[in-house]
Amino acid sequence: MNGTQEPINGMEVVWEKPSTLTETRMHYCPGCGHGVVHKVLMDVIEEMGIQDKTIGVAPVGCSVIAYNYMNIDMQEAAHGRATAVATGVKRVLPDKIVFTYQGDGDLAAIGTAETMHACNRGENFLIVFINNGIYGMTGGQMAPTSIVGMKTSTTPEGREVHTQGHPFKITEIIAMLPGTYYVTRHSVHTPTTVRHFKKAVEKAFKYQQEKKGTCLIEVVSNCPSGWKMTPLQSNKWIEEKMFPFYPPGDLKVDGKLVEKKPIPPAATTEIKESK
Amino acid sequence: MSEVLLMEGNEAAAEAAILAGCDAYFGYPITPQSEVIEYLADQGRKRGMVVMQVESEVAAINMVYGAAGAGARVMTSSSSPGISLMQEGLSYIACAELPCLLININRGGPGLGTIQPSQGDYFQSVKGGGHGDYHLIVLAPASVQEMADYVYLGFDLADKYRNPVLILADGALGQMMEKVIFPDYDPKQRKISKPWATTGKTANRPPNVITSLHLQSEDMEKINIHLQEKYRQIEKNEVRYELISTDDAEYLLVAYGLSARICQRVIEIARQQGIKVGLLRPISLYPYPYEMVSKLADQVRGILVVEMNAGQMVEDVRLGVNGKIPVDFYGRMGGIIPTPEDTLTSLKKLMNKTQPKKSSEKLIKEKV
Ligand SMILES: Cc1ncc(C[n+]2csc(CCOP(=O)(O)OP(=O)(O)O)c2C)c(N)n1
Ligand code: SF4
Ligand SMILES: [Mg+2]
Repeated sequence: MNGTQEPINGMEVVWEKPSTLTETRMHYCPGCGHGVVHKVLMDVIEEMGIQDKTIGVAPVGCSVIAYNYMNIDMQEAAHGRATAVATGVKRVLPDKIVFTYQGDGDLAAIGTAETMHACNRGENFLIVFINNGIYGMTGGQMAPTSIVGMKTSTTPEGREVHTQGHPFKITEIIAMLPGTYYVTRHSVHTPTTVRHFKKAVEKAFKYQQEKKGTCLIEVVSNCPSGWKMTPLQSNKWIEEKMFPFYPPGDLKVDGKLVEKKPIPPAATTEIKESK
Repeated sequence: MSEVLLMEGNEAAAEAAILAGCDAYFGYPITPQSEVIEYLADQGRKRGMVVMQVESEVAAINMVYGAAGAGARVMTSSSSPGISLMQEGLSYIACAELPCLLININRGGPGLGTIQPSQGDYFQSVKGGGHGDYHLIVLAPASVQEMADYVYLGFDLADKYRNPVLILADGALGQMMEKVIFPDYDPKQRKISKPWATTGKTANRPPNVITSLHLQSEDMEKINIHLQEKYRQIEKNEVRYELISTDDAEYLLVAYGLSARICQRVIEIARQQGIKVGLLRPISLYPYPYEMVSKLADQVRGILVVEMNAGQMVEDVRLGVNGKIPVDFYGRMGGIIPTPEDTLTSLKKLMNKTQPKKSSEKLIKEKV
């Protein structure tokens, strides 16, 4: 499983796959953010030397078989129950490093109660929250985080507030809970954002070692298949449509809320038809 | 520790869990079993257990999943509506083969029902309950002593078979006080190693994965075949029952838990009246003592099944009897406990139906 390879023809090795990633080819659609997030998480785990201490929890969603790619001990969880499963793990193994890897449907719809209570108890683990605004796994239905106007297979005319309600800014609510220590929003759609995200992961694992409480990193991600876009279009869409409603940046640092500029309301986010 | 103590069933179960080396408990209050979490919140925490009151039974069972997957000896308890909420999680636990202990202090349903004792969750407990083909090992205590005994047994069986174990009792057993002796039990010796648990991947082994997902049908069928083979082993090794006054019995009562206690009184009264009746008390409800039912059906003239429900275990008795003799049912619902007198009346009705030859000869003559 070790990524170390013999240099060919005396060439120098400048990049290696971390030993914390398996050889298994990922099943994610081309351009999907899931694969990048996996890679960053596993890079950090290798660099911090915590592979033998780390237990991951991946619930149902596109990343349910993350354990095929992550070369660490893992538990698959029922849809919505990742933070409950992680609580069970962490409470009996308090000196291990635990993280969950959850989609928006998982974290902000079916698992809202578990999410809020784990964060409110200050469970000492990291929640990685992949907000792609859609149910990727089940074929592109509306998610609690789908933005207003967004077309999905269950909102063919676009999400509309009167019938489907508002997109759920659950991360803002989580930041307000006293159990959380570090709450931040990132993306992985450019090399720079990937580097920023990696820093956040490093911090979160460090805070966990220091037993600071719950850390949550939201990744505003894409779903080219569910969004019916090319990877490039989807990355552009992240910036133009998702960021105004889900602005990247820290929401809570060192257990303190970060002052924010007012965020534009959902209803003003105008969605243009994408090809 | 052979001291005789006076305790209620819920507390005896909780104390037994501590003595059995239970590492963690996750639960949500519901009558008539909240004494379990209350006792553990005091005694369990003081003696080093993780004891958590959490946001719901859904969360509780998934915490049990996580802790069991991490190798801990872990349990939860609830009563009927809460156990219903746990069914999805239990199905995952059964498929992922995670050892754990559950206690259902059954109350009357359906719906919110009543907080009074019931046996209405028999089907849910022994036939699956959640989705897919799986079984819990189900143990039915009939006394406070057994509430304690089966906690030890339950943890051991769970570890042995990597299977969830359910103790199915009712509100009366949970709340009545009786004497109890906690047997000597050394958790350090009894707890087995769990090399499959997610404790952090070390260099000398591949990653441990706890999952119930097998996307390829062929793989999923293999898992099912493996589970079924395990269930056949459990059926071979773990059938438990008690026989009372069956040696000379001409009629048989079949009842478990509290109903079996009532049937013992029925036997006393009936035998005073010269009725030769005995009792088969299934202790393991899964695996079910079908063979003993079948054997006794060759001996007695008729069977009366007594339950605190609309007739659930009676279906398993009929499977065991396989049409050889009449099987009648007497039960009360909604949290009402059958009286020995009414049960005896039902037994006598059954006896009238099953009088030897004469009556059937008469019937034939009448027809002619
Ligand atoms: C109890 C239950 N309900 C529904 C489903 C079906 N289901 C599987 S994944 C999913 C949504 C996943 O969306 P999300 O959490 O956003 O993850 P993504 O695939 O987008 O990464 C649903 C509804 C299920 N597996 N279990
Ligand atoms: S369906 Fe969407 S979230 Fe799932 S792998 Fe494909 S692009 Fe990624
Ligand atoms: Mg999603």
